[in-house]
Amino acid sequence: MKAQKKFLVGSAIIILTLAALAYVGYTQSKTYYHTISEVRTLPASELRQRMRVSGNVRSGSISHRDGRIDFVLEEQGQALAVSYVGSDPLPDTFKDGAQALVEGRLRPDGGFVAEQVQAKCASKYEASPDAVPGVLPQPPSSPAPGQSINDSRGLSAGSG
Amino acid sequence: MDIFGSFSLLLALGAAVYALGGGIAGILTKRPLLTKTARNAGMAVFGLVSLAVATIEYGFFTDDYSLSYVSAHSNRALPLYYKFSALWAGQEGSLLFWTWLLSIYAFFALFLNRKKHPELMPYVGVTLAGVQIFFLTLNNFVTSPFRVLGGIDQLGAMHVVRLSDGSGLNPLLQYYEMVIHPPILYLGYTGFTVPFAFALAALLGRYPGEKWIHITRRWTMVAWCFQTVGILLGAHWAYAVLGWGGYWAWDPVENAALLPWITGTAFLHSVMMQEKRGMMKVWNVWLVFVTFMLCILGTSLTRTGVVSSVHAFAESSIGSWFFTFLGILFLVCLAAWWKNRDYLRSDNQLDSLVSRESSFLFNNLVLLAACFAVLWGTLFPVLSEAVRGSKISVGPPFFNRVNVPIALFLLFLTGVGPLLAWRKTSYDALRRNFAWPLAGAIAVGVLALAWGLRELYPLVCVTLSVFVTLTILAEFYRGGRVIASRDGTSLLTGVGELTMRNTRRYGGYVIHFGMVLIFVGISGSAFNQDIQKEMGIGDAISLGPYQILCQNFDQPSTSNYTSDRATLEIFRNGKSEMMLYPEHRTYLASRVSETIVAVESTPLRDLYLVYAGQSPETGRPVIHAYLNPLVKWIWFGGIVVVLGTGLAMLPNRRSALVLRPAVEKSWGERSSPEAAPASVPFLRTSGHD
Repeated sequence: MKAQKKFLVGSAIIILTLAALAYVGYTQSKTYYHTISEVRTLPASELRQRMRVSGNVRSGSISHRDGRIDFVLEEQGQALAVSYVGSDPLPDTFKDGAQALVEGRLRPDGGFVAEQVQAKCASKYEASPDAVPGVLPQPPSSPAPGQSINDSRGLSAGSG
Repeated sequence: MDIFGSFSLLLALGAAVYALGGGIAGILTKRPLLTKTARNAGMAVFGLVSLAVATIEYGFFTDDYSLSYVSAHSNRALPLYYKFSALWAGQEGSLLFWTWLLSIYAFFALFLNRKKHPELMPYVGVTLAGVQIFFLTLNNFVTSPFRVLGGIDQLGAMHVVRLSDGSGLNPLLQYYEMVIHPPILYLGYTGFTVPFAFALAALLGRYPGEKWIHITRRWTMVAWCFQTVGILLGAHWAYAVLGWGGYWAWDPVENAALLPWITGTAFLHSVMMQEKRGMMKVWNVWLVFVTFMLCILGTSLTRTGVVSSVHAFAESSIGSWFFTFLGILFLVCLAAWWKNRDYLRSDNQLDSLVSRESSFLFNNLVLLAACFAVLWGTLFPVLSEAVRGSKISVGPPFFNRVNVPIALFLLFLTGVGPLLAWRKTSYDALRRNFAWPLAGAIAVGVLALAWGLRELYPLVCVTLSVFVTLTILAEFYRGGRVIASRDGTSLLTGVGELTMRNTRRYGGYVIHFGMVLIFVGISGSAFNQDIQKEMGIGDAISLGPYQILCQNFDQPSTSNYTSDRATLEIFRNGKSEMMLYPEHRTYLASRVSETIVAVESTPLRDLYLVYAGQSPETGRPVIHAYLNPLVKWIWFGGIVVVLGTGLAMLPNRRSALVLRPAVEKSWGERSSPEAAPASVPFLRTSGHD
């Protein structure tokens, strides 16, 4: 019985240590998923959160600047101006019309600073032939970033 | 052809249903003939699914673009070996492939044991058939790979459309490892079905003794080995092809493959508790159950896009099928365990904290903690959305914080556990077994500290790695010396003889050593460096011992793709070493682009160059250079693990002589009886392992 008790005490110490580490890791890396329209309606307290936003890259919006790459994400008529400042090269799948997932924080002016960008890998797995990136029809006039405040809930971000 | 394939799948489902129904009837009525026909039906599933696989492959090889699956994943210009591997490029084919590999395992499990374990095998057949029915239902009715492209003509009648060419295979999958990585990983996933079937069968049939545990262990090792190789190949593919400089990102699909590997590893260790001491019976049964359920969960995560991932296939309806199946599995396991729980009563209890038992218990505890953390982190977006309504994901910091300490603790146990005696280890035995390895490890640790290694985790990792390696070497040396002095042969021959006498034990050591190499390789990532720079001709960057000089950049294009390429000369300590050509291609047909990484790999470090893009103002290439220390150790460690697993599965060579007198003479009274199993392993060479 004594050995079993010792083992249980040891286990408890290990589990508690790991739980504490897990909690620290969680607070460091937790990231909220939001759609672009949700980003526009977030309460002030949540604006500083680390978040992930998904959308399609507006054709022709990608521009390489000094030290960053700017582009516009669109989803359901909502648009978000993104500046990518991360050090990793953008994935090969990142291009006009691609479905992209950006991770980072909002700027006070409503733009988004992304530290990570994922673009939907292997888009042709289940895509129909006419969903080839780059030939998506573009709406003639998309609202400029920061102007479109709309409560219509989009598709849940990051699905698929 | 599509009709032929569809019918063979349908017949396979029929055979599986018979194997289940007939098998249950055979068990209930105790009629041997019924049981036998059910078993044969179970084996026939393999032949019928093979026909279906052959049909779809025939479609690929003959460019049959009336089949929707073929036209979506192949084209005429595709090389033959990629046409072969296009089978698992999409959802329908992957699931058919899953079913096929499962049917191969089921066939061998039934065939090899057809004359053995008459009370056990009917239950095994029924369990295997149950799993096969689930996958065959998907293949037949949910994601049939034999769908044809249909069109409606002017009169409104349906007809088959045959395209002139297919849309081709994803270029990311056009890489030699993508021909072998999915099959091997799938062989791991599917392979865990067999241990599951034996465990459930033994429980349902209340199979006496521990015999089933020996069979299960062997099958688990096969699946575990494939899973290990599959994970490492996937990591290597990500490293060599995706061009982000790393090999592991805690991506949901990577995690999905890791989860059953972790529980499988836990089982391979805790199974010894049951064999030697009759302990942890409930735990072992549940480990096998959970491992299999994690395999199904992993497959469904990959297939259904529940959790977003770079690998994820588009969202599809098969998620609900998988979760229903998981629910059924869990209920069956729970019921089987509840009904037969008295059968799993433990024979012994833990005697001492410093014992082999306790090292296994801690091993299992932290492995399960790692599994839980990885599972939790992977499913967190889904869980948080269900519970709190907001989707929250966790990233690498979460996974690393929990798993790095666990990995180091496991490394410690790897060194300590095998040398602890069962039940209780004396202080004397501890000192004898650990004094030298511990001294060596501390010496290396101090040297590394003096050398300038200041990071805590890598320092601990290096020290423990030396410790584990020394304990393993000491084991081989001690045993080999005894045999060599008895037979009058060289030490090396003695070590070989020793290994072949107890392949399981010494194969296990080789696997441990392979894991040490992998751990050292991973700890190298703490010292990764990288730099990104726009480079005109004549520009240079320096990284570690390397200087990278841009000689040229050009656009070499073929009929297949356009490309941007940089020609970089690599100097090492001022001396010109080689030219490397990182490249960025865009394929004309599919408009998909691909990074061609240029890697110079040495045992100490990899120089990894990526053509990251082009400056829009100057048109000059942006080069991202990574210096990744010790990455090669990971791949090499993987090879050692495979060799060790192969060794551990070999049958033992029987000893011609009785060893006991020789051993006692050489060690005298020093080998106290309680320490014997740890330090004189070859006393136990005869028998199954």
